[in-house]
Amino acid sequence: MKRTHIFVIAIIAVAAGIILSTTADASVYVLFGEARQRAAEGNATKVHVVGRLPRDAQNHPVGLQYDPMVDPNYFAFTLVDSTHVAQRVVYNNPKPQDFETSEQVVITGAMRSGVFMADNILLKCPSKYVKKDLKGTEVAAK
Amino acid sequence: MNLLVGDIGHLSVIVAFVAAIVAAYAYFQATRGRALGDVDASWQRLGRGAFFVHGAAVLAVVGCLFDIIYHHRYEYYYAWSHSSNHLPIKYMISCFWAGQEGSFLLWIFWQVLLGVGVMVFNKRWEAPVLAVFSAVQAFLVSMIVGVVAGGLKIGSSPFMLLREFLTDLPVWKTNPNFVPKDGTGLNALLQNYWMVIHPPTLFLGFALTLVPFAFAIAALWKKELTAWVKPAIPWALVGGGVLGVGVVMGAYWAYETLNFGGYWNWDPVENAVYIPWLVLVAGLHGLVLWQRRRTGLRTAYALVITTFILVLYATFLTRSGVLGNASVHSFTDLGLSGQLLIYLGFFTVLAVGLLVWRWKDIPVSEKELTMYSPELWVFVGTTVLCLGAFQVLFTTSIPVYNAFMGFVGIKTNVALPADQVAHYSKLQLWMGVGIGVLSGLGQVMWWQRNDKETLLNALTPSVLLALLGTALAVLLVRYNGLTISPPFVALFLAGLFGVLANLGALFTLARRGITLSGGALAHLGVALMLLGVLASSGYSAIISRNVSGLLYSREFSEDINRDNVLLYRNEAAPMHGYQLTYAGQYFEVPGVPGYVNKQVLFRTDDDYKTLARADIKVGGKLYYKMGDTVTVIPENTYYRVDYTNKASGERFTLYPRAQVNEQMGGGGILASPDIKHFWDHDIYTHISGAPDTRKDKQWSEPKEHVLSVGDTIFLNDYFAVFRAIEPAKETVGLGLQKGDLALQADMVVYGEQRQYHVHPLFVVRNRLVGRVPDEVDDLGIRLSLNTIDPQKGKFTFGVSTAQKDYIILKAMQKPFINLLWSGTLLMALGFGLSLRQRNTRRNAGPEVGPVAEPRARLEPVA
Repeated sequence: MKRTHIFVIAIIAVAAGIILSTTADASVYVLFGEARQRAAEGNATKVHVVGRLPRDAQNHPVGLQYDPMVDPNYFAFTLVDSTHVAQRVVYNNPKPQDFETSEQVVITGAMRSGVFMADNILLKCPSKYVKKDLKGTEVAAK
Repeated sequence: MNLLVGDIGHLSVIVAFVAAIVAAYAYFQATRGRALGDVDASWQRLGRGAFFVHGAAVLAVVGCLFDIIYHHRYEYYYAWSHSSNHLPIKYMISCFWAGQEGSFLLWIFWQVLLGVGVMVFNKRWEAPVLAVFSAVQAFLVSMIVGVVAGGLKIGSSPFMLLREFLTDLPVWKTNPNFVPKDGTGLNALLQNYWMVIHPPTLFLGFALTLVPFAFAIAALWKKELTAWVKPAIPWALVGGGVLGVGVVMGAYWAYETLNFGGYWNWDPVENAVYIPWLVLVAGLHGLVLWQRRRTGLRTAYALVITTFILVLYATFLTRSGVLGNASVHSFTDLGLSGQLLIYLGFFTVLAVGLLVWRWKDIPVSEKELTMYSPELWVFVGTTVLCLGAFQVLFTTSIPVYNAFMGFVGIKTNVALPADQVAHYSKLQLWMGVGIGVLSGLGQVMWWQRNDKETLLNALTPSVLLALLGTALAVLLVRYNGLTISPPFVALFLAGLFGVLANLGALFTLARRGITLSGGALAHLGVALMLLGVLASSGYSAIISRNVSGLLYSREFSEDINRDNVLLYRNEAAPMHGYQLTYAGQYFEVPGVPGYVNKQVLFRTDDDYKTLARADIKVGGKLYYKMGDTVTVIPENTYYRVDYTNKASGERFTLYPRAQVNEQMGGGGILASPDIKHFWDHDIYTHISGAPDTRKDKQWSEPKEHVLSVGDTIFLNDYFAVFRAIEPAKETVGLGLQKGDLALQADMVVYGEQRQYHVHPLFVVRNRLVGRVPDEVDDLGIRLSLNTIDPQKGKFTFGVSTAQKDYIILKAMQKPFINLLWSGTLLMALGFGLSLRQRNTRRNAGPEVGPVAEPRARLEPVA
């Protein structure tokens, strides 16, 4: 039965390796404060930040900067986290199409030289999940 | 308003639910306390009857739901939210399973068919297997019963009325019988033929995992601990094949329709199918090990049961809302989490309990496995598959850990890896290496008597060739200026060895006169898939890098990937060996092959109807004459991009698509790629931005220019000649009447590619002057003929200009992606062949094992 034991130990070792490696790769949800602190400590690991877009009285998001004629790969915006800390975010990709309407924005990336370099943006749009209004039908007019 | 069909549907759901419970109980009673094959006939009759009633009720539910969709009954929420008047019939089918309820229904439907299949093919097992089946059906149907009992909502009915769903709409107060005129339409991404066949395939695969599971449960229950393997294998084979094909179909759909730049994104919803498939394939190996070599039965039990539990877990993961913002797939949370957990918990406890209870009685082989026994290596392969599945499971479940910790009151903030693709790839790559090596080794050893000498003889050629091929490949990759990392070398070597060894096995078998082996073929397919994944994903190259030479000094410069380029209409731009030109916007016109330029289509108030401004001809055949009404599909705009290969001069055209999507938060656009397939690579292109096609163009304030015939002028930087003034021809959309005076100017504008004739109109009717401006979209020019001075022969033109049309584009090259698709086909073929061979063998008489089958002693360990 010795060989079986070796086999079992090998499996356990690999499984432990998988768990360790996943733990090492797993990211965390943080606030901008902590993201800045990490950068100050020289920790360049990527984090998740959840935030909202600051909006004006007409409910338009403010501070979006995207001019495809100048650079289609440069999109900058300001994001406010749950502790009301605002942070400039740069995303080196075209502006996601339904960005303005998203309720919540989840970004992944890290702080670099004072801006948050996002390499991934996940938008949470209210109507994507449950359609609560009758948009697209002619109810509103009547 | 038609409430009848919904009532029939709802009633049928309830009948199906009750009948499933009756069937489960009756089948349970039929076989309770009896040996397998000995049943209480009257209970069995009742069970069978109840199952048929259940099946008929399910068919009725399917019929009612389809009727609601087909007849556009928007008083029902399901039709309203997933369909619309303009939805083509073929997509009404995908509309059926666009919602959670419909996809549950599809799953239930398949299991009804499979239940009947078990009744027909496995009569001896009918009672216990169908008892399990009916219990599963009862749980599944409960997800769509939509009954509120004592404040507790059970299931979500597909027959819910719109007014029951959107209760706070003011219109119900004035008109409770209000029916919307149109639905909100099917998610544009689902309007794709793959979405017609991919979900049924996947759910058939899911349903098929139930069959071996039900056999395993029946075997444990009836203490027929070995007899179940033989009938379960064909079902597991079909399941493995169908689920595998379903997974790859989903990948292909994502590749063709989504725009994340590949076919696999390690999204939790993808993983939720990938994990049970890996374990199912592992379990299949366990079953075959027992059937052929009398070893590995416990493994087979454990894996068959795990597969089914993983399917339940996947269902929980994707439909309970626990993934939250971790997934781009948007399955609505219907508040079924509790129900789904009970479903998961019930069968987990039942199955694990039974397995533990009988564990000691399950026979094991006493034969000591040596390094020369193929069983050992098949077993190692099974383990590799399971470890691979475990890895994906462990990471995918991260949102579940957070939810669970939150549930017990501890706040955690663990997130999925920031770069998921890199995380999964680096670990799954090693599973690929293991599978590549073991698929070859296992197949070679399986078919021969093994000792040091025979093994060396059998393996040497493929090992040497694989080493040689790998060396060559490394040199080639380097020669092309790319790098290859050690893990990639390992995967290539393993994959190539897998291909060669399996080819060798097929060749040896053919020489021995044995018909084509399905197993070897499937393993060959898998090895090819590994190579295809390595090449197409590992060496996917972005070819749309910014090569304009301009560098925008912003926060950072060099180390950021700038993967998108901006192309102005009709201005050629160089890009990685190609010359690219964005050549305008096109519409899809039903009945006309290819796409039709928007410039020849005059928009009307009805979005779906346009007037042809010129004859629409394709390949010499006339489809529409000038002035005809042309039906278009307005939500899709196709952006024509012409590619010219600078080296070979070869040209091709791609039409990446953007869909206006009202559902995705206030109307963004959704981009879908267009792909040019070459034998050795794909060119994949999608739009990542464009001016909004639905917003009217921003025209500048018109500037007036006074011209005489023959004058030249610059319009928006284009040279133009005012050639003539002429009587207006019958022009589309104008409806000239007798007595009208209509003149048109003929202005020729010299664009980059061609000349444009612009014809602004000047019409006098009953002494009233009308002006119809003319536009050139390509150049961003609008011209109107404002006044005419007949004495002086002077004409005043109003000129407005607009921002030139542009697109932002991303293009990628995917080398050798065809290896992946052809490997999948071979794998599927291998599964099919194994099934056929199994059936013919069964008819031919007793099992004939492969050569030199080592006889294991069979002795249950007490």
